[in-house]
Amino acid sequence: MTKGNVVAINGNMVSVNVDGDVSLNEVGYILVEDKRLKAEVIRIRGSQAELQVFEITRGIAVGDPVEFTKELLAVELGPGLLTTIVDGLQNPLPELAEKSGFFLERGVYLQALPREKKWHFTPTVSVGDSVSRGDQLGHVPEGIFEHWIMVPFGLFDTYTVETIASEGDYTLEETIATVKDSAGATHELSMVFEWPVKRAIDAFPERLRPEEPMVTKVRLIDTFLPVARGGTYCIPGPFGAGKTVLQQITSRNAEVDIVIIAACGERAGEVVETLREFPELTDPRTGKSLMERTVIICNTSSMPVAAREASVYTAVTIAEYYRQMGLDVLLLADSTSRWAQAMREMSGRLEEIPGEEAFPAYLESVIAAFYERAGLVRLNNGKTGSVTIGGTVSPAGGNFEEPVTQATLKVVGAFHGLSRARSDARKYPAIDPLDSWSKYAGTVDHEMTEYARSILFRGDEVGQMMKVVGEEGTALDDFILYLKSDFLDAVYLQQNAFDPVDASVGTERQRHIFDLVFTVLGSKIKTDSKEQARNFFYEFRQKFIDYNSAEWESEAFEKLEKEMREMLSRVSSELEPRAQEAYRNRGDYA
Amino acid sequence: MRKVYSRIETIAGNVISVKAEGVRYGELATVNTRYGTSLAEVIRMRDDEVSLQVYAGGRGISTGDEVRFMGHPMQVSFSDNLLGRVFNGSGRPRDNGPELTEGLIEIGGPSVNPAKRIIPRNMIRTGIPMIDLFNTLVESQKLPIFSVSGEPYNELLARIAMQAEVDIIILGGIGLKYDDYLFFKDSLEEGGALSRTIFFVHTASDPVVEALLVPDISLAVAEKFALKGKRVLVLLTDMTNFADAMKEIAITQEQVPSNRGYPGDLYSQLASRYEKAVDFEGAGSITILGVTTMPGDDVTHPVPDNTGYITEGQYYLRNGRIEPFGSLSRLKQLVNDSTRDDHRALMDGMIKLYANYKESQEKKSMGFRMSEWDDKLLKYGEIFERTLMDLSVNIPLEEALDRGWSILADCFNSQETGLKSELIKQFWPKKDEESGEATA
Ligand SMILES: Nc1ncnc2c1ncn2[C@@H]1O[C@H](COP(=O)(O)OP(=O)(O)OP(=O)(O)O)[C@@H](O)[C@H]1O
Ligand SMILES: [Mg+2]
Repeated sequence: MTKGNVVAINGNMVSVNVDGDVSLNEVGYILVEDKRLKAEVIRIRGSQAELQVFEITRGIAVGDPVEFTKELLAVELGPGLLTTIVDGLQNPLPELAEKSGFFLERGVYLQALPREKKWHFTPTVSVGDSVSRGDQLGHVPEGIFEHWIMVPFGLFDTYTVETIASEGDYTLEETIATVKDSAGATHELSMVFEWPVKRAIDAFPERLRPEEPMVTKVRLIDTFLPVARGGTYCIPGPFGAGKTVLQQITSRNAEVDIVIIAACGERAGEVVETLREFPELTDPRTGKSLMERTVIICNTSSMPVAAREASVYTAVTIAEYYRQMGLDVLLLADSTSRWAQAMREMSGRLEEIPGEEAFPAYLESVIAAFYERAGLVRLNNGKTGSVTIGGTVSPAGGNFEEPVTQATLKVVGAFHGLSRARSDARKYPAIDPLDSWSKYAGTVDHEMTEYARSILFRGDEVGQMMKVVGEEGTALDDFILYLKSDFLDAVYLQQNAFDPVDASVGTERQRHIFDLVFTVLGSKIKTDSKEQARNFFYEFRQKFIDYNSAEWESEAFEKLEKEMREMLSRVSSELEPRAQEAYRNRGDYA
Repeated sequence: MRKVYSRIETIAGNVISVKAEGVRYGELATVNTRYGTSLAEVIRMRDDEVSLQVYAGGRGISTGDEVRFMGHPMQVSFSDNLLGRVFNGSGRPRDNGPELTEGLIEIGGPSVNPAKRIIPRNMIRTGIPMIDLFNTLVESQKLPIFSVSGEPYNELLARIAMQAEVDIIILGGIGLKYDDYLFFKDSLEEGGALSRTIFFVHTASDPVVEALLVPDISLAVAEKFALKGKRVLVLLTDMTNFADAMKEIAITQEQVPSNRGYPGDLYSQLASRYEKAVDFEGAGSITILGVTTMPGDDVTHPVPDNTGYITEGQYYLRNGRIEPFGSLSRLKQLVNDSTRDDHRALMDGMIKLYANYKESQEKKSMGFRMSEWDDKLLKYGEIFERTLMDLSVNIPLEEALDRGWSILADCFNSQETGLKSELIKQFWPKKDEESGEATA
């Protein structure tokens, strides 16, 4: 093993003189007093390697010994990952707390997966079968999932199964299979293996185009700004606009198998809400606790910066691993800007030539490569699995014209931009419906949503104009248009995250109520005065808000709907021609 | 016996370097100059060259001055004897009291394991409706007051400190004006809170490096008290001075600035301090109220901007009022569901209408005819500002809620408020029972 000695220390960067070979991203340990501090090689120049230390560097002295491991920074993959809460280096935080108490003691590294626990293994291959990386050898139940035990992704040959364990209970590290490679060497396989986090898992034959919507149950997203399974999206917004809350809502309600939450450089308190509440909440899809489908990677803002940089990679690697089992995985990263800042801090210490706002010149390509790890793939056995990535962005000054937002917008498939004006007006979710976009197909008929969007645009124009010419200078028809767009905003785009019913609206209900909203938007509405029009819309809106909190297809729901349809029929008897056409051409969902 | 070095190789700004061996990163040293002794901290090492940041600044240091390494990082004394005392940024007395040396603790320690944190659950009552009703303060919250200079932010801080039910108050003054320090001292004394207060005060005329130490020292002490079961309120005023001190030091060290001269790690630096706010399970808590003055009233300035991304909301102080827009307590929803059934809905509903009022007001100022609806809104906004928003209003939450309903009833029909019918049924004031506008 290569060894070395510390020659320089600057913040969390340590320079080391080495006595042998080292590789980029290799892990080394700095021996300080009685501690071993984990670090990663980030630059090599001659016999000197620069390491970013994943811990507080206080107490390190010039001359302190360093041991290199030959291993790249990697995570453990195997059953037991679900429900875990780990830091950016996959240290399990609850176990760490048991060992060290309230504070994160440095230099304490624990195994992420439990070693004693037995898993009930069922083999799916037989002796003599030919297998390659990513192929299933068997499976174990992990909570509600069938966790595939696969040929490790780092075994690049084709292998013949020599032995395979019979059905029964095994611990993680027991050998469950031996396989022989083409050169005749045998490999013992257990249920756990490692994978370097900075390399995408590519054990699949084909990437497919993401087409199916990933339902979030947020109306504004699913109807107007959809995200596809295997797609990517970003949520930039100024502080306090609602990025984290939106991700929290999504992590609860999204129709996916598994959710990986990467709390990257944000507040610890926000993660605590998730990790205390999820075990208590039931997943309506499975009837089990939400925690059973969740992994939390938590490297919050006061935890070491280098581990923060690693945390998004740890998260996406775990996501890719479950994708390899044919599952749909959603990775939510909050906030990618903190990750970019971690890179900036390190780049500054390396004295690299800075780019815009002192971010490193390679910022764009690193961001692009990260989002590229999302995708819908066809696996060896023909099944599909997906990783969807949603990242928040925290632009300096809330101004989207900054390097991280811009680099992200170039690569994602949907943009949910939060606006300060909307969050100040408590219009949640504060996604700007006019500026945001999505390249994916949604759950509601496209022509109808386009019609609704056009009302929003035109209503906004009238609103702007009204600021100049006043209400009295606005024609009644324009005024009604304005009220319509206001209505759409109030009852459909805005959604009350604290109302038990309104908080999550499934596809069926979205389609149903959008139909009614559309009818209102498309109707030729006749009133005598603006005052009358306003009163109509306000009363209608009131009913709709009550309707939104009424249980799906309950008596109250039906009654309110009937009342609203009657109310509408009193002021209107037909649709505008364009609306009529859109409605006639609407897709058949059933 | 530690070795003494009497040859300083370089002096640049506040940083000196010596050739030394056996030194550890972050270690403290003393530098003896003819103006007195200062502490210095190891901030960089390469081979045998050790760079130190001198707390009292580089001015007046001679290449022949003595540097003596102490073998440990920065420490502060911790005991009940701190109560009622006043110290400077390096933890030395500035009140003529004795120097404290017992129970030394390190500052800037590791962060709390997130898995050990609990969800905050206790409201801190302040008697200020703009806080209690609209943006409830919660024990263990970290929250700054965003303020234009000239606003009464220190008065607001002092008022909250006195009204809040906490065991210990720690005032961390950074670049504090001496008058302001005296103001805090007098107000806390008048309120009978001095004996449970500790001051760590860096004034505008003190060395800039010491400004950096104030938050760490204050929070290290706060943490110890919290672990002993105390509810501690830490006041940090003004964190913009803290950030500016960082900027100044970064620039003299020729670091590449990221934004308007501030170093790229501004976010992480601020976060490592604010994240000390915590509620320890089975022990006490730390609540942090800071002041962040906004240069040029610009919230996108790097200091308020980075702060906003770290803290759990902010109170905007403008024109002597806590503005409803921009002000936000992100923890409020953890407590405002168990106060009163109407709390949340009223809070949202009233602010939405207030936003509409602002629009009408704008229209009016442009000379447009006011509709009946505009007139209602204008009336509403005026009463709201006068009877709830004004900082002189000092009433309990429940009274503030009642007042909110009566303001609404004075100005609108119930369905114009956009509030759920169920709540209206329960809380809408009966016309004949309550008439006339609410009075302060
Ligand atoms: N959908 C929502 N419904 C109700 N309130 C919301 C909603 N979204 C956000 N809020 C309010 O806004 C506050 C801030 O939201 P959030 O923490 O998500 O902001 P953020 O964009 O993540 O900010 P930061 O960048 O500082 O982390 C919340 O604490 C809550 O009070
Ligand atoms: Mg957030």
